[in-house]
Amino acid sequence: MSDRTSSNEWPLYEVFVRGKRGLNHVHVGSLHAADHRMALTHARDLYTRRNEGVSIWVVRSEHIAASSRDEKDPFFEPSADKVYRHPTFYDIPDDVPHI
Amino acid sequence: MTTTHSAASDAGGAGQAAEEPLAEHFEVTIARDRRIEPRDWMPEGYRKTLVRQIAQHAHSEIIGMQPEGEWITRAPSLRRKAILFAKVQDEAGHGLYLYSAAETLGADRADLTERLIEGRQKYSSIFNYPTLSFADVGVIGWFVDGAAICNQVPLCRSSYGPYARAMVRICKEESFHQRQGYELLMTMMRGTTAQREMVQDAVDRWWWPSLMMFGPPDDASPNSAQSMAWKIKRHTNDELRQRFVDMTVPQADKLGVTLPDPELRWNEERGHHDFGTPDWAELMRVIKGGGPCNTERITRRRTAHEEGAWVREAATAHAAKQHERATKESTA
Repeated sequence: MSDRTSSNEWPLYEVFVRGKRGLNHVHVGSLHAADHRMALTHARDLYTRRNEGVSIWVVRSEHIAASSRDEKDPFFEPSADKVYRHPTFYDIPDDVPHI
Repeated sequence: MTTTHSAASDAGGAGQAAEEPLAEHFEVTIARDRRIEPRDWMPEGYRKTLVRQIAQHAHSEIIGMQPEGEWITRAPSLRRKAILFAKVQDEAGHGLYLYSAAETLGADRADLTERLIEGRQKYSSIFNYPTLSFADVGVIGWFVDGAAICNQVPLCRSSYGPYARAMVRICKEESFHQRQGYELLMTMMRGTTAQREMVQDAVDRWWWPSLMMFGPPDDASPNSAQSMAWKIKRHTNDELRQRFVDMTVPQADKLGVTLPDPELRWNEERGHHDFGTPDWAELMRVIKGGGPCNTERITRRRTAHEEGAWVREAATAHAAKQHERATKESTA
């Protein structure tokens, strides 16, 4: 009766689409598929029905390593106090051209 | 704010002290109108409410394929057939975007499907009404997708990131759905008397169920206040219903049909239309399973799921075999 397990066995894939040439691939969502090939065709049918992409990447969700659970946490602190990495840190007189 | 306290107590005693700053961070994120993302800490209630709402929304899209899908083989021209195909395909897509969003909250897609076909999770009451003529296809696009747009545009700013992003995609596509419906009806209204009567008949049947799509009135919608506080919802049921009525009245005038509500009139003072009260007892009856097509819709979904089981199994077996072969070759 119940086939709870059969679709559970299709792993989850994350989908990344390049909208057009010159742009990066961007994460658009996820889907289930039996293998890479099916994941790609499903991704095409699901995420590019209206020419939203010229290239697709799929990757098994479990293969993605991510920084810790909160998006803002001490992991990013090393960059927080280095204002000198930004161009606006430096005072340049207004009459110096092209800088 | 009581939310912070209930959030901590939801999670149980053990980590209560450690969760205080997390709960505060959650509250601040919501207050600043920033998005909550999948790996953030969130109160259990927030997660549960979202899973329920997103799953219900996904199920509605999937069941929503049926009423119109029935007309694909009977569409009056190749043009209409191709349009209807694309529309029903979009509904499937919308369902899948939403299941994908639900999974970021830890829900399991196969489990959600089980819950739907076992009747443990709901879908929109509107899809339990039958489509009696081709005019219904047009009226569904105009009313049902129009109402969906009213509901969904504010959800593009929902506090949960993956849900909001799914809504952005959906809203872009929904506009095609509404326009094809209205255009279909305009074409029929330019036709014979019989065709015009079909349109009016479909309008009469779908108007009140469409108003019910926004849910019970605010004073009978117990979860609304919390959902608004969490910014999962942005407007109340009654606000959205009013918006839909105001939006639809001039469209009905242009089309040349009458909306079946004798109390419907412009209220200069309020700057809105006054309108009659939907039959809330009917809404409750349909939600509880007593609508004209509840059994049919779920049976169809269950059959499709069960009859597709061998395909899912075969694909899994094929993938395993390919993988095995590739591994063998690389080690040989």
